[in-house]
Amino acid sequence: MTDKKPKNVFKQGAIASEFIGESIAKHQSKTSIGAHNIFLGQVRADVVDGKPISAIEYTAYEDMANTKFHDIREAAFEKFNLTCMHIYHSLGIVKAGEICLFVFVSSPRRKEVFKALEYIVEEIKAQVPVFGKEIFEDDTHQWKKNT
Amino acid sequence: MNINIKYFGLLAEVTQQEAETINFEGKLVSELLDVLQSKYPALKNKDFKVAQNQELVSINTEITGQEIAILPPFSGG
Repeated sequence: MTDKKPKNVFKQGAIASEFIGESIAKHQSKTSIGAHNIFLGQVRADVVDGKPISAIEYTAYEDMANTKFHDIREAAFEKFNLTCMHIYHSLGIVKAGEICLFVFVSSPRRKEVFKALEYIVEEIKAQVPVFGKEIFEDDTHQWKKNT
Repeated sequence: MNINIKYFGLLAEVTQQEAETINFEGKLVSELLDVLQSKYPALKNKDFKVAQNQELVSINTEITGQEIAILPPFSGG
């Protein structure tokens, strides 16, 4: 474990596909990398009692969440042979169909990135205090539970 | 001692606030929860975890920190 200060993982609103594309392009200069793997979490328009979810509004215990993201990042670097890793999570409103979580791992070899990505996403779901308010088209809401 | 308590998500709705400072004379997390649950009876049937200074703690943990967070189930991603 290093004692580096946690970075801010959060972005306000949805994560744009242009941002994701630019993140990929930035790695073209890192030619020791042979494999990237990307997870994109997308807001699903679940239908509850006949009403579709139109958006999720994310809030977080931000200081603790950034610390947890940092710990997950450090643990993943220890477990897997990774060249680099990027994690972004949305705060605020993200509409159905938009991206709310972007995890990007890179390694010289493919097997490492397959294992690492699953580990990181599952840890984020379990360990990071982020809360999703599922908003219906009629402005009523319920609180999201991860399954 | 004065403790800052933060509430998130559903629990901020139940308590109708995101943060408050209370004067607490007990020792354990469980005693603090007794105080909060008598102040907000609706907390009793809610599922939540407690963090002290940004680390999750059990109800038997001693209160040492100045910042307590009451956290509903995590639902990131």
